[in-house]
Amino acid sequence: MREMKRVVITGAGTVNALGRNVPDTLEAMREGRCGIGELDIPDIDRLSVKIGAQVKGFTAENHFNRQQMSLYDRFTQFTLLSAREAIAQSGLEFAGELAARSGVVLGNSGGGMTTLDENYRSVYEEGKNRVHPFVVPKLMNNAAASHVSMEFNLKGPAFTVASACASSNHAMAQAFQMVHGGMAPVMVTGGSESMLCFGGVKAWEGLRVMSKDACRPFSANRNGMVQGEGAGVFVFEDYDHARARGAEILAEVAGFAMSSDASDIVMPSKQGAARAIAGALADARIDRSEVQYINAHGTGTAANDKTECAAVADVFGPYADSLMISSTKSMHGHLIGGTGAVELLACIMALRDGIVAPTIGYEEPDPECALDVVPNQAREAKVSVALSNAFAFGGLNAVLALRKV
Amino acid sequence: MNVKDKVIGIIAEQAVLDPSDVTLDSTLEDLGIDSLGLVESIFAIEEAFDIQVPFNANAPQESDFDISSVAKIVEGVERLVAEQKV
Repeated sequence: MREMKRVVITGAGTVNALGRNVPDTLEAMREGRCGIGELDIPDIDRLSVKIGAQVKGFTAENHFNRQQMSLYDRFTQFTLLSAREAIAQSGLEFAGELAARSGVVLGNSGGGMTTLDENYRSVYEEGKNRVHPFVVPKLMNNAAASHVSMEFNLKGPAFTVASACASSNHAMAQAFQMVHGGMAPVMVTGGSESMLCFGGVKAWEGLRVMSKDACRPFSANRNGMVQGEGAGVFVFEDYDHARARGAEILAEVAGFAMSSDASDIVMPSKQGAARAIAGALADARIDRSEVQYINAHGTGTAANDKTECAAVADVFGPYADSLMISSTKSMHGHLIGGTGAVELLACIMALRDGIVAPTIGYEEPDPECALDVVPNQAREAKVSVALSNAFAFGGLNAVLALRKV
Repeated sequence: MNVKDKVIGIIAEQAVLDPSDVTLDSTLEDLGIDSLGLVESIFAIEEAFDIQVPFNANAPQESDFDISSVAKIVEGVERLVAEQKV
């Protein structure tokens, strides 16, 4: 049997409503700042949901040339900026054998939704019969992964994983497995999303799961999710490879598990979630008593939050009351296919800095969510093991386990 | 602005050159315009002149639109503008 490699994180990058990089994002999480506000998009008057965690004041032209602009949808732009930050932090340069074997696996759900929206608008609303030639390469949801591979010379495995709100966790699980199994020494991974356009928000409105005022996970008066946008990208590296070059290690990815509810296309299942959480612990050989922090899926919907808390209570039994579980979606919104990646930053902060990000907007205790949800204020705590939950529409679950190094 | 100057302006913008550096006998290859740049140029020409250019990137030589030089492109656009005038 092939020797299994330990996998560590040696770089992190992000763009989201809380910040344009990791330090700014973590500072916002420590301060419990809210990135949710009024959406700035065309035809907002025809939407009933008018809020979101939008990346505002972002001038893509400052980062990309004209040719790149014609090929990069907003989700690709966010991904590339995050990848630049993560890879710069890692100190890696991809050439020769390292480039040939290293790759990129990213999560994404909607692809270039803004590109699609703008072009549908021009052919349907404006009656135009011609669209820009790059609509397809711009909107395809592997575009971000492809552009990362091109910009950084990553020639190994490269693809995009789509599992709705669990896309990033599934992608990072794949990347973990590739490094763990020795297929690749380094994998760039994470995910992104940008569907805060008229058609995107209109579609979500239809489901009637969106809040019109705030995201209040676990709070008895919660009334739905709030959508965000952005990206999170990480460098997953073989521990020995990282050590040999003296790289700074942010955390260890200790294990993961995936499960499918196999029951309903939108309603979550306690059993499915619990199997993924328990599976991640087993895979990482972590005892349930060792977990101090869980970054919750915590969407702020009635269904998710109570189901997730019930699953955690089931898995952790007597230890459920001594762990912290917070939902940072209350600050950066729900980034759908990119959400697990941005949320992994909160796990890294807990492990490295001993600061647990809060669940903001928490107003009323809910007996169905009777766990320590770190309400409203960040907390200092020694955390040596953290989990990150993602439970997607379609009943697809993926949980990652991280350990302090 | 006549057709020639307008076409040269579009090609120059695509090639990131000054229009004075784009001569009628230049080829797209000389100007550093690749296959993506070509389809973008054709799109810009269609938009600028409100015409349809019969060009298939799979078989450029079989398309009824000669792209072998700037002069040929200008000629082709002049013909299409005349044919498709409403």
